[in-house]
Amino acid sequence: MMIIDVLSWICLIPGCILCIIGGLGLLRLPDFYSRMHGGGVTDTLGASLVLLGLMFQGGLTMITVKLVMILVILLLTSPTSTHAVGKAALMSGLKPFLNNPDNKGKNEHD
Amino acid sequence: MRYIFFCVFSFVIWLLWSGHYALHHPLILTMGMLSCGFVVYLVSRLDIVDEEGIPIHLARHMVLYIPWLAWAIFKANIDVAKRILSPRLPIAPRIVRVTGTQKTDLCRVIFANSITLTPGTVSLDLDEEEIVVHALTEEAADDVQSGDMDRRVTALER
Repeated sequence: MMIIDVLSWICLIPGCILCIIGGLGLLRLPDFYSRMHGGGVTDTLGASLVLLGLMFQGGLTMITVKLVMILVILLLTSPTSTHAVGKAALMSGLKPFLNNPDNKGKNEHD
Repeated sequence: MRYIFFCVFSFVIWLLWSGHYALHHPLILTMGMLSCGFVVYLVSRLDIVDEEGIPIHLARHMVLYIPWLAWAIFKANIDVAKRILSPRLPIAPRIVRVTGTQKTDLCRVIFANSITLTPGTVSLDLDEEEIVVHALTEEAADDVQSGDMDRRVTALER
């Protein structure tokens, strides 16, 4: 029981920290497109670790089955919605902030 | 073959959601089977039980691809988290084009979704052969342009 609890907290605490880092990224990053990457941290490893930690708490029960389903659905839908939001921004002509010394100002979607 | 798999799969999902796997509830079990059968009938009317709808031919290769993708996502997460926490905010956002060598639509979507799922790269647009990717850093852009992920997704088609 002790080991399961320790494993569970080893997953839960970094998961929570990563979720906070993702939120911090939303605030710190300079423009819309780079903020999507900040959200990505919360979406993938943050959510996965929190759900994995909860699965350890649930044990081999129906709760764990449902948590696995939540994880699968989250990992399938979050990139799709991120892509939809990004594409909508691109199509409506929002210019990305580019900090690229190689092709400065050479934005392919200008 | 796909229909048999779909019947069994939906019934297993029903059992897992409902938790009524005890045999002393014959009525509920029968109703579950009937509802699964009805769903399979409806889906067969929609004509979507094909390579795209039930991609069981990919399952064999997915066993190797998913752990690799999970590891790639893990590394990318650590990298992006470090950059967010660093006081100088060492990012260099850029837009790059990546060639996708996948033949089927399904694998192109898997490739684009894998790019988006990896923090540091987001796929913005798809056309016949290229994917427009917004990368947060030079390393992330180089990583996706090296074609490693592209090769692995294309290998799923075999």
